[in-house]
Amino acid sequence: MVLKIATANRAVAEAAKLSNVNVIPVYPITPATSIAEYLAKFVADGEMDAEYVRVESEHSAMSVAIGASSTGARVFTATSSQGLALMHEVLFIAAGMRAPIVMANANRALSAPLSIWNDQQDSISERDSGWIQIYAENAQEALDFVIQSYRITEHPEVLLPAMVCLDGFILTHTVEPVDVPEKEVVSDFVSTYKPANAILDPENPMSIGTFTDPNYYMEARHDMYNAMINSKNIIRNVNKEFGEIFGREYDFVENYRCDDAEIIIVAMGSVCGTVKDVIDEIRREGEKVGLLKLRVFRPFPTDEINAVVKNADKIAVLDKNVSFDIGGALYNEIKAKLDVDAYGFIIGLGGRDVTPEHIRKIVKETKKPEKDVQWIGLREEEI
Amino acid sequence: MKITEKEFLAPGHRACAGCGEPIGVRLALKVLGENTIAVSPTGCLEVITSPYPETAWEIPWIHVAFENAGAVASGVEAALKSLGRKSNVVVFAGDGGTADIGFQSLSGAMERNHDIIYICIDNEAYMNTGVQRSGATPYGASTMTSPAGKKSFGEDKPKKNLPMIMVAHNVPYVATASISYPEDFMKKVKKASETEGSSYIHLHQPCTTGWGFDPSKTIELGRLAVETGAWILYEVENGDFKVTYRPAQRKPLIEYLKAQKRFKHLKEAEVAMLQDYVDRTCSEYGV
Amino acid sequence: MTSTGAVVKKPGSTRNTKTGSWRTFKPIIDMDKCIDCENCYLFCPEGCINKEYEIDYDYCKGCGICATECPVKAVKMERE
Ligand SMILES: Cc1ncc(C[n+]2csc(CCOP(=O)(O)OP(=O)(O)O)c2C)c(N)n1
Ligand code: SF4
Ligand code: SF4
Ligand SMILES: [Mg+2]
Repeated sequence: MVLKIATANRAVAEAAKLSNVNVIPVYPITPATSIAEYLAKFVADGEMDAEYVRVESEHSAMSVAIGASSTGARVFTATSSQGLALMHEVLFIAAGMRAPIVMANANRALSAPLSIWNDQQDSISERDSGWIQIYAENAQEALDFVIQSYRITEHPEVLLPAMVCLDGFILTHTVEPVDVPEKEVVSDFVSTYKPANAILDPENPMSIGTFTDPNYYMEARHDMYNAMINSKNIIRNVNKEFGEIFGREYDFVENYRCDDAEIIIVAMGSVCGTVKDVIDEIRREGEKVGLLKLRVFRPFPTDEINAVVKNADKIAVLDKNVSFDIGGALYNEIKAKLDVDAYGFIIGLGGRDVTPEHIRKIVKETKKPEKDVQWIGLREEEI
Repeated sequence: MKITEKEFLAPGHRACAGCGEPIGVRLALKVLGENTIAVSPTGCLEVITSPYPETAWEIPWIHVAFENAGAVASGVEAALKSLGRKSNVVVFAGDGGTADIGFQSLSGAMERNHDIIYICIDNEAYMNTGVQRSGATPYGASTMTSPAGKKSFGEDKPKKNLPMIMVAHNVPYVATASISYPEDFMKKVKKASETEGSSYIHLHQPCTTGWGFDPSKTIELGRLAVETGAWILYEVENGDFKVTYRPAQRKPLIEYLKAQKRFKHLKEAEVAMLQDYVDRTCSEYGV
Repeated sequence: MTSTGAVVKKPGSTRNTKTGSWRTFKPIIDMDKCIDCENCYLFCPEGCINKEYEIDYDYCKGCGICATECPVKAVKMERE
């Protein structure tokens, strides 16, 4: 293992390089751009033996990805925000065609107004596309999750694409120490891609992407539903094996000081770092507060969340996204799936800083809730 | 030209009786043979050939969406390259999937010069959705979204010149063809398959349902288009332009127009205008 | 039932659907007149006329292109 000082963008590019990727169709967009640049340079320098396709849009990036994956290639791509939104149509198709594509998404706000800064509206808006979604807290997780994703997506019982989400700028542009594993070890772990379902091969002709009438469509979607459920086991097993080899193990959720907590904050992504610091401070002041960090958003780890939060009095759910009139997606899903007293907080949209004071305010509001959903961090003065 | 007796598009597909699309696909695949991967965007061809759980395709085939055949084919080709495999990659796309919504991904694929053969099967409208105009709909044609009426004589813009736009992309081999001239078309497919990098063939295909003529007249209509100069057969090989079939004596355009319902509404002056447009185009192309 | 990705792994399986039932007119080739030009073989949208000029009536939709394109009028369309 080599310790490198790297951004999450560099880390996912390294992960793709280590994972025997064949085809890289990618289109630049802030803050994912440097992923495209690193990969271009790896290929240009002969460090990576892959076809780099300089597509003319993200829609085409995902379409190339589907074409290549269906031909038996392992594919990696990266995007963000408007790029992910432009892919929307083909994201559903990639999942529906059961193409095990892995993509990094640098989380960024969606227009309008135009913002290049972080929130998670882009990937959350694709939650029903049939993609597995994993949220990284730091560059190390970003690297590890990309490598793991190939094992998960390509598993015959899964065959759903996976999106590794990294908070824009906060992770994509901040350098941290990252353990970059040895190529041979990763190579062994991910092996080479062997299509388990369909492949375009003249030796064994198949038709992929057929026209399906009401007699068959629902079954195809039901298969995907089951595959998403099955993916939980596979994710668990891959994590375990990964831990044995690489020394870092991840669960669906991370329990940070929740065991005796009266109030539990639920959050995803980089904000968890700030939340942990604040929890340490508050705990010193004698309040029992914990954090449940959600790593995997799809499949939704209901049981794993429940096991951690079931004894808490109140739950504060942080959402860097909003569904208008009803609050954030994570808040609504937790309310829907769990029997808990939960309150939603919309935070950090369009790159708005989430400060320790904000987290303290959220804890305070949760103790004596006045509203189901609150926006935290809005400017107080008129603009 | 020697072609295989094998059929790579099975019967039982759901095309209208007399449809020209499967004719084009059959002929092209007889040249390309079984070591071929086909890509289609959404459109009549996709729908008629892939009614799950059946397929008409005898070779590997993929459909992803309406606007991305160029990109999907790019991905197939890139994968073959990366995996060290060799197969023809051919796109069979409608005119809507090529000239309009699929134009960007086609442009990208051609600019990158992937080793693919892109065949636009041009029936001059969105047929799969019930005959709406496309960028390839000809001057004066009445469609559901360019209907003739008191204030309209149908499509009021000439057909978008896709093949020449492809020439402007420096595509190594560009050709026009018609399903009614199989020898000419198949020669062009052969050349395309021997071309390193991209090739683009724009195949004119009469549609009995959308144009309004008897299904038995599909080939006749295609021939009339060429004999009147409404459709010109040529190729552009590394920039060199050559007409591949020149009608000995161009027939009056009205013979082509009057055989189709979509032009039925045209008045004499409008026919004269269309004739004038065809004359000018033909003299430009030396036909 | 599983239908992973709605992939069809049986090439040419539209043969299960006999489109011959769509037909109202049936082409009959008079082999005494035929001059072996291949027109009907090349232009058949169903690919259901072979090089021996046998018509597969299981699939022939009766479009009549063969009759129109036969240079010697060897193909007649007869009402079913
Ligand atoms: C993004 C998107 N927009 C619209 C459609 C609806 N649609 C499907 S096929 C089609 C027309 C196809 O026309 P063309 O490409 O000319 O092929 P044809 O059916 O005429 O052979 C349209 C409008 C779609 N499937 N996807
Ligand atoms: S509408 Fe036209 S192109 Fe579509 S299947 Fe019918 S004849 Fe063929
Ligand atoms: S078109 Fe007529 S002459 Fe030509 S092969 Fe068919 S039946 Fe014979
Ligand atoms: Mg069309």
